[in-house]
This record gives sequence, structure tokens and C-alpha cells, in this order.
Amino acid sequence: MTARSVRVASFSLRYSPRAFITSTLLGALLVVLTGYALTVGKFTIPVGQVLSMLTGTPGPQGVDYVFWTVRMPRVLTAVLVGVLFGVAGDIVQSLSRNPLGSPDVLGFGGGAATGAILQILVLGGGSVAIAFSALVGAFATAFLVYAIAYRRGVVSYRLVLAGIGIAALLAAVNRYLLISADVTDAYRAAVWLTGSLLDRTWNHVTIATVAAGVLLPFAFALSTRLRLLEMGDDTSASLGVTPERTRTALFVVAVGLTGAAVASAGPIAFVALAAPHIARRLVNAAGPSLAASGLVGAILLLGADLACQQVFPTGDLPAGVATGALGGLYLAVVLGTRWRKASR
Amino acid sequence: MVFLLLVAVGVLGIVGVGSLLVGAQPVNVGEALRVVFADDRSDAAVIVHDLRMPRTVLGICVGVALGLAGALMQSLTRNSIADPGILGVNAGAAFGVLVAVVGFGVGQFSGYVWFAFLGAALSTALVYLIGTVGPPTTAPVRLVLAGTAVGAALVACAEGIVFLDPKAFDEYRFWIVGDVAKPDLSVTGQFLPFLVAGVVLALLLGPPLNALALGDDLGSALGVRVARTRILTGIAVLLLSGAATAAAGPIAFVGLAAPHLARTVTGTDQRWLLPFSAVVGAIVVLLADILGRVVLPSGELRVSVMTAIVGAPFFVFLVRRKRAVA
Repeated sequence: MTARSVRVASFSLRYSPRAFITSTLLGALLVVLTGYALTVGKFTIPVGQVLSMLTGTPGPQGVDYVFWTVRMPRVLTAVLVGVLFGVAGDIVQSLSRNPLGSPDVLGFGGGAATGAILQILVLGGGSVAIAFSALVGAFATAFLVYAIAYRRGVVSYRLVLAGIGIAALLAAVNRYLLISADVTDAYRAAVWLTGSLLDRTWNHVTIATVAAGVLLPFAFALSTRLRLLEMGDDTSASLGVTPERTRTALFVVAVGLTGAAVASAGPIAFVALAAPHIARRLVNAAGPSLAASGLVGAILLLGADLACQQVFPTGDLPAGVATGALGGLYLAVVLGTRWRKASR
Repeated sequence: MVFLLLVAVGVLGIVGVGSLLVGAQPVNVGEALRVVFADDRSDAAVIVHDLRMPRTVLGICVGVALGLAGALMQSLTRNSIADPGILGVNAGAAFGVLVAVVGFGVGQFSGYVWFAFLGAALSTALVYLIGTVGPPTTAPVRLVLAGTAVGAALVACAEGIVFLDPKAFDEYRFWIVGDVAKPDLSVTGQFLPFLVAGVVLALLLGPPLNALALGDDLGSALGVRVARTRILTGIAVLLLSGAATAAAGPIAFVGLAAPHLARTVTGTDQRWLLPFSAVVGAIVVLLADILGRVVLPSGELRVSVMTAIVGAPFFVFLVRRKRAVA
């Protein structure tokens, strides 16, 4: 990877031209996709009208309502949640040093889901209460996983395996909760469990925006250290990084990102897993590339939601189903390419 | 060893009788033993024959199958944290059953068990391919991660299918939580031939698996056909865990825990480890089932929920205990 640097006085910023160009292209693609998503749906809103409504000119009565209270929150939630998942996935994948280590595999998603299901089935709160419970669930689970994996420091494999154990336990609990409820509540909870962008409101957008505003700066500030951590604890320590403290800080950031994403759209499968893979391949980087991962995450989630909308226009299929199925396909593709490389 | 195995079977017998006694309506020992052999349709006889006998027998069969499957998988993958639940085999079987029931309208065990085998075979192959490509140093973790990821993809697909059909969803949410409490023994009867075939195959594989534990080269020098042994082991795992999942729904952690408990008695000799794992698996399932009946003040916890609640901490304990992954 060729890297260049910009120097201004005593500051210097190192960047890779390829990562920069790729991120710019991904950003452009995301803008186009967002625009497309705003125009299509139960009925089409022409591009010109979308632009004029965005600039403040009110559209016709019904169109205005659909645009600002149905479509906009949904599209914005998709984009923001995708970014959160993508960045969180990249961090966790780098921390766990494993291409399959993602927040959902490590049980944060399951923990968030347990919190939310309890809220839906037992306490019966509204969407904000559900989001809050999910956040609490994610943090409680992450704390538990980290505490279990901690023995004079956290080693990646212990983190991964402790996460998988707890995730399996939570999955059983979640399913038990589903069978002890009546069918309507259970269906509502199960849709939430799969992750859905239906009926998103501005509340969901707010949760995701706040999380992105608070946590993404930390994530980007720590990204250089994350890259150094990949060299191993000894090497990174000699380069001035305190491995344990940095890892804990990154872990907290990743859990916060995941928790907020799950709180606003449910534990959508595989976005956090697939986005960093695709981003790293596009950027051609060995290590984490947070910006590209976030953009790819947004494109994936928005694309999956659009696909669900277009393929099943009548049924309200949750986006999590599409990302789950696509994730499975993607795994098979990764497998295929690696297989070819290994046999070569 | 033979004596110890008899002791284990004795313990299984005691737990089995315990499974007839414990529940919402306790039955005392003398009465239970009397009505087992003389069904006089008294209240106790109805409880024992119509409720507790079927679930005890199915529990034993499923436990034997899962314990053996777990032991075979741990030996095959040389991975002490392998389990048909964790490595996605049960998820594949469950998905197969779902496709059979919802997609093709197959309602009978004898019909959908084949779909369970197919699903289990495909997911196992996928997990194995994803989990074994790459440098061998991180292999155990990779295999477990691959199993989890494939399992998650299958669950997502399954949910995609059931969300389109609320009636299917209502059946699915119960079926996906594995349970041995079935109304009668018809499913168990259909499950039995597959179980017997799997057990016989597994027990025959003891000696060659012992030789393979020394490594492929040394194993083949000792006269074992490496590829054939691997494939036969895989088939035995599919038969056992696929059929068990089709019969009772997915149950995790039994296949993980049983071989570890058995190993404390037998050491690493597969010829003894396999039968012990089978018996211990049955004991574990029965104990979990009994516990599930009494742990809540009213109602029951299903056996798969109990095995997860007890088994997940066990898994975590195994992970923490080891200094490095073998």
C-alpha cells in the first residue's frame, strides 16, 4: 500500500490515495442510492420534487407527509445504522484479529435483543423505551463477555469464544421469551429481532445521529492505534500505544456503536460482518479502514432495504432477512475465492 | 472400564426412573414402578405412561445421539470445543425441516428427516470449508466462528420464510426451541433406526479414530484409511445429530459437555470415550429435562433452554481454563 502524507507546519497526516479515492467513490454511490431510495416506494416521487422539498419548498399535501414522516426517517436510519454497523464491525474484526469476528457473532446483538424483547413483552414500552433497553442489554452483555475473557489482559480468541458462548445462551433465552408470549406480541418481537426499517420515526434517526456524532470522532481518533495494535502487543507497546487501555477504549466505542445501531433498527445480521470485508478488499488494505467500512455498511443496508421493498412490495419483509440471506451468499463467495487461492 | 460403564448405565437408569417421578404432579417410587408394568389407568399410570415415559425415552435417545455426535466431532476436528449445535449442524438440520414443512408440506418425521440430513450435510460442508482454509494456528476458533456465522445466516433465512406466513411463524417459534416432551412414542419409533445405525457406525470407528489421533501420517502408517474414516465419521455425525434435531428440535451444548465429562473417566481412548459419551449425553439430557420441570414455580423450561443455561457457562469455563487453544 503506497501511503502519502500531507504536512502543515509541525503536523502531518498520512493517507493512502487509493483509500481516499475509494471512499470518495463510495460516498458518491451512497448519495445516488439515497436519492433513489427517496424517490421510490409505495408511490414514486419525481427527483425534481424531492430536490425542491429538500430545499424547503413544501410539496403537495400527501406527498409532503409521505416524504418527511415515512420515507426520510427510514432512509436516514438505514444510512446511519449502516455506518454505525460498518465502523463497529471493522473495529471488532480488527480487535478480534479474525475475519469472522463481528459484533453480532460476539453476542452484543443478542444482548441488545434480550433487552428489547423484555421491554416489548414484559414492560410494554414504546419505541424509545425499546431502544434504551436494547442499549442497556448490549452494554451489559459486552461487559459480561469482557469480564469473562479477562485474565491478565484480553486475548482475542478468548474474547471471541466467550462471546459465542454468551450469544448461544442469550439466543436460548430470547427464544424462550418468544414462546412464552402470545402470538401477536411474539410476532412483533420476532420482527424486531430480525431487524427492520419499517415504521422508523425521527426518534430512531435521533438515536443513531447522536451515537454517530459522539462515538465516530473517538473511533477515528483511535484508528491509528488500532492499526498499530494489529502488529501485536509488544510491537505496538514499543511504538507508544498502551495495548490494554487502547483495546478497552476501542471495545467500548464498538459496543456503543453497535448498541445504538441495534437500538434504532434491531440486530440486523451480517452488515457488521460483511462491510469491513468488502471495504478492505476495495481499499486493498490489510488493516482497518473505518471510513470505507462505514460507507459500505450504509450502502449494504440501504440496498438490502430497497431490495426487500422492491421484491416483496406487498409483504412487509424486514431488511434483516435480506441482509441475512445476502450474508450467507457472501460467506459462500468469500469461501470460493479463498478456496481458489489456497489450491493455487 | 466395563464396570465403570455399567455404573454409568446404572446412573442413567436411576435418572430415568427419576424422570418418571418428578414433575408438576410428583409420583412416588413404589407407585411408579408398579404402574410401569401394570397400566391400570389410575392417575399415576396415566401420568407415567402418557406424559413421562415418552419424554424419558425420547430424552435418552436424543441424548445418546448428541453425546456421540459431539464426541465424534471433537475427535474429527481435533477441537475440544466442537459441538453439533455450535458448529451449525443442528441449524442446518432445523433449516432442512423448515423447508420440508413450509415449502413442501411434509408433515411426517419419516419425510422431513431426509431434509434434515440434507440441510445438516450442506451446512457442515460449508462450515468445514470456511473453517479449515488458512493457516492451522487459529483453526479451532475459525471453525467455531464459521459455525456461528453459517448458523446465523440459516436462522435469518428461516425467519425470512416464516415472516411471510404468520401461521408458519407460530409453529416455528415452538419447534425451534428443542423439546423432548412429545405426546407419544411414534416419532421416537421412527427415529430409532437412524439412531441404531449411527451408534453402530460410531462404535466401529473407535479404533481407526484412535490411530488418527496420532496424526494423519502416523495413522495411515498404522493401516487406517484416512479419507474413508473421515467421511464415515462425518456420516455418523449427520445421522445422529440430523435425526436427533428432526425428532426433538435443535438442542445445543449436550454434544459439547458429554464428551468432556466422559473424558474425565476414560481418558482419550476413543473405544471407551464413545460409549461413555453416549451414556453421559443421555444422563445430561434427562437431568436438564428434569431440572426444567421444577425450576419455575409454574410451567416448565424446555430442555434446550436448560442445556443452554447450564452448558454455556461450561463452554465459557472450558475457554477460560485453557492456556492456549490446542
